[in-house]
Amino acid sequence: MAKPVSIAVVGGGLAGLTAAIKIAEAGQHVQLFSIVPVKRSHSVCAQGGINAAVNTKGEGDSPWEHFDDSIYGGDFLADQPPVLRMCEAAPGYIYMFDRMGVPFTRTREGLIDFRRFGGTKHHRTAYAGATTGQQLLYALDEQVRRFEDDGKVTKQEGWELLSLVIDQNRICRGLTAIDLWSMEVDAFPADAVILATGGIGAIFGKSTNSIICTGSAQAAAYQQGAVYANGEFIQVHPTAIPGEDKHRLMSESVRGEGGRVWTYKNGKPWYFLEEKYPAYGNLVPRDIATREIFQVCLEGHGVDGKMMVYLDITHMDPQVLTRKLGGVLEIYEKFVGPDPRKVPMIVFPAVHYTMGGLWVGFDQMTNLPGLFAAGECDYSIHGANRLGANSLLSCLYGGETAAAHAVPFAQGHQKRAPEKSHPLFTAEALRQREINATIMRKRGPENLRALHEEMGQWMTEHVTVIRHNDKLRRTDEKLRELQERWDRIDLNDEGAFANQSLLYARQLDGMLKLARVITLGAIRRDESRGAHYKPEFASRDDAHWLRTTMATWTPEGPELSYEPVDTSLIPPRPRKYDVEKQTAFLL
Amino acid sequence: MPSMSSTIELKIKRRDRPEAPPRWEEFAIEYRPNMNVISCLMEIQKRPMTRSGARTAPVNFEASCLEEVCGSCTMLINGRPRQACSTLVDKTGTRLELAPLSKFPVVRDLVVDRSSLFERFRQVKAWVPIDGTYNLGPGPRLSPADQDFRYLLSRCMSCACCMEACPQVNDRSPFLGPATLNQVLLMITHPTGALNKEERLEAIMGPGGLGDCGDAQNCVRACPKEIPLTTSIAQLNREATSYAVRRWLKR
Ligand SMILES: Cc1cc2nc3c(=O)[nH]c(=O)nc-3n(C[C@H](O)[C@H](O)[C@H](O)COP(=O)(O)OP(=O)(O)OC[C@H]3O[C@@H](n4cnc5c(N)ncnc54)[C@H](O)[C@@H]3O)c2cc1C
Repeated sequence: MAKPVSIAVVGGGLAGLTAAIKIAEAGQHVQLFSIVPVKRSHSVCAQGGINAAVNTKGEGDSPWEHFDDSIYGGDFLADQPPVLRMCEAAPGYIYMFDRMGVPFTRTREGLIDFRRFGGTKHHRTAYAGATTGQQLLYALDEQVRRFEDDGKVTKQEGWELLSLVIDQNRICRGLTAIDLWSMEVDAFPADAVILATGGIGAIFGKSTNSIICTGSAQAAAYQQGAVYANGEFIQVHPTAIPGEDKHRLMSESVRGEGGRVWTYKNGKPWYFLEEKYPAYGNLVPRDIATREIFQVCLEGHGVDGKMMVYLDITHMDPQVLTRKLGGVLEIYEKFVGPDPRKVPMIVFPAVHYTMGGLWVGFDQMTNLPGLFAAGECDYSIHGANRLGANSLLSCLYGGETAAAHAVPFAQGHQKRAPEKSHPLFTAEALRQREINATIMRKRGPENLRALHEEMGQWMTEHVTVIRHNDKLRRTDEKLRELQERWDRIDLNDEGAFANQSLLYARQLDGMLKLARVITLGAIRRDESRGAHYKPEFASRDDAHWLRTTMATWTPEGPELSYEPVDTSLIPPRPRKYDVEKQTAFLL
Repeated sequence: MPSMSSTIELKIKRRDRPEAPPRWEEFAIEYRPNMNVISCLMEIQKRPMTRSGARTAPVNFEASCLEEVCGSCTMLINGRPRQACSTLVDKTGTRLELAPLSKFPVVRDLVVDRSSLFERFRQVKAWVPIDGTYNLGPGPRLSPADQDFRYLLSRCMSCACCMEACPQVNDRSPFLGPATLNQVLLMITHPTGALNKEERLEAIMGPGGLGDCGDAQNCVRACPKEIPLTTSIAQLNREATSYAVRRWLKR
């Protein structure tokens, strides 16, 4: 039998662990890299659940219906074939997790229960209390530990990817990474590399993401020639609670279980979502709920005149609430205080999800042969707006698909990746050490965290819910200014051991690069679609903009080009949530 | 509620590298409402200067989700093992003493190496041995009550507060500790995980296992997720006893 190939999986969230398990199951070897022990990856944050049209509620749900909801919810910007495949694979993933022992919340008959989420009329979301992501990640973590025990997976936890190793034929042959404790930089040959490095919420300063979601790996790949697609599509979640260090999510499942959004108007409670969208009410997709909340608050109806509204569950049975939403309510109680079963919660919109990401084909391979991407870090599946509980699912689909294609790709190489001692690897490791040495010497007047906060404020104010071209342009100028100021930072830490400031400096540099991709993509796209909304161009413009934005790095900044969207399965139609959606015919 | 002054005073136990001697540094930062310990540490990153105005490196710490599900930011806060994210200054008061966990090797400042915990999970084979991840249909049915119980155990985020609090966990003892024992119970309460229950019990009946629990009950008080760790251990003890009897009868 041929020697197994060795594939580097970067990222130990749901997407990365899925890929790792599938590769190990195929008898191949995995090198698994992660900044944090994989069990602490950002996927633990997912609260509400994971979608699959298992149809156990007698509602006539089907993978096709799920597909149609997802494409419609994404405002037709997603390439359709992989979305259909994902929806068809979904029930199988739920069963797999069930067999792994995920404590999904059950019905009386002992079956997995499903609840409602935004952008659909069906009970399609499986959940484990209100810490679903945590429970799914733990199940995969356990299985990966089993493969580790068998020697099929080698973990490199506490290593951060710095760059890819790309040969003269533009084929990805491995990567360089740094040990976050010893600060040793090393190169790792691999027969293929899969990036599963999550979202980039940190670009907006505070978001609902974990603070490690800086996109450092995507930024590295982008600067080495990987195309970054649909960067301008950033999801702002309607219901979060503001914090000093980060914003904390109050999951859409709260509304899925019956929570209502309201604020006072003329002294009386005004359920504005239910009034404006009778068909979907509080469960309109996130881009719409967020814009409506912004609108009523801008009109002066926010709680205490601020950008905040009520999220109310006080009419519901406290015991049911604890069982189905305990994890979310606990966050509110721990970080805000009052018992949400008794007093309406006060919430506001916060940056939440990265729809854009590394461009991939239907095989999850980027434009660089041998480099794959999966999960939140890739651009596929969600189009202009992600539906709630579709992300965990897309991590499973992306991870599985990437593994299924990376293995034959790796086996198809004429020659195995050269040894670590080959100049291809030693030169790249040296280049990275030199970058580190330069940063270590920086003793200028600028402070990293202050620069990061400034970037976050500009991005949040001008590049989120409502976008104006003049303000976007000013933001791009600001980003260029911040990039110059980044050159003059004070690293402030001579430590040769576990130097977090050095990594922070590198991450911020990458964030600034991706922030420009987001901002310039938004400037160019003169229409409104899903999460991207420009009052000057308030409607969707399929004639000009039914296209995927493709950003390529150049030293002067991102160069944008466009490619058509694959709408081969469902022709685009107007998207409305005040009336019930008419499902497209199965072709 | 403790009295709030307009500055937060922090005393932090620091160490530049594992073999370096520890030292204490003091910081003063401006108080704002709703701050947690993490936001204090972020404030220090912004102005890395000690209370007396000396330039210093920003304090190293581990943190990720900041909503008490990832288990990263465990440290000793005023002597107690806690999550820095869910420790609010409005509740602790404005004098804070931060130190790294004492039962794990220190890496730098507040960062410690907890990989031994994950190693223990491997030791007790804390996974359900499925045949494969391909689609083999649904898993076994479970009653909502059994499921709710398993969910309670399954919320353990490997933060290691229980190990820090447990007097039996230390360099001189092989005791697996509460978090790992809890994993064993989680596995044997799943119908598939229970298929090799005897093997799992066997693994915790020797040295370092159940017998090393001193019943101090510190673990259950330290657990930020309110997992009934002592109940878990008691239940495992019952299972182990009944298994020991069966094993003896079979001889
Ligand atoms: C609060 C919250 C609630 C959510 N709830 C839901 C929900 O209910 N349902 C749903 O479907 N979705 C939900 N989402 C979205 C979902 O959680 C994420 O999109 C998903 O978990 C992303 O998984 P991932 O595997 O792509 O990446 P992540 O889980 O973010 O993992 C990224 C991995 O990459 C590693 N990494 C990153 N950079 C590097 C580097 N340079 N070198 C080495 N390693 C690196 C990290 O260590 C980590 O292991 C929620 C998101 C948030 C913020």
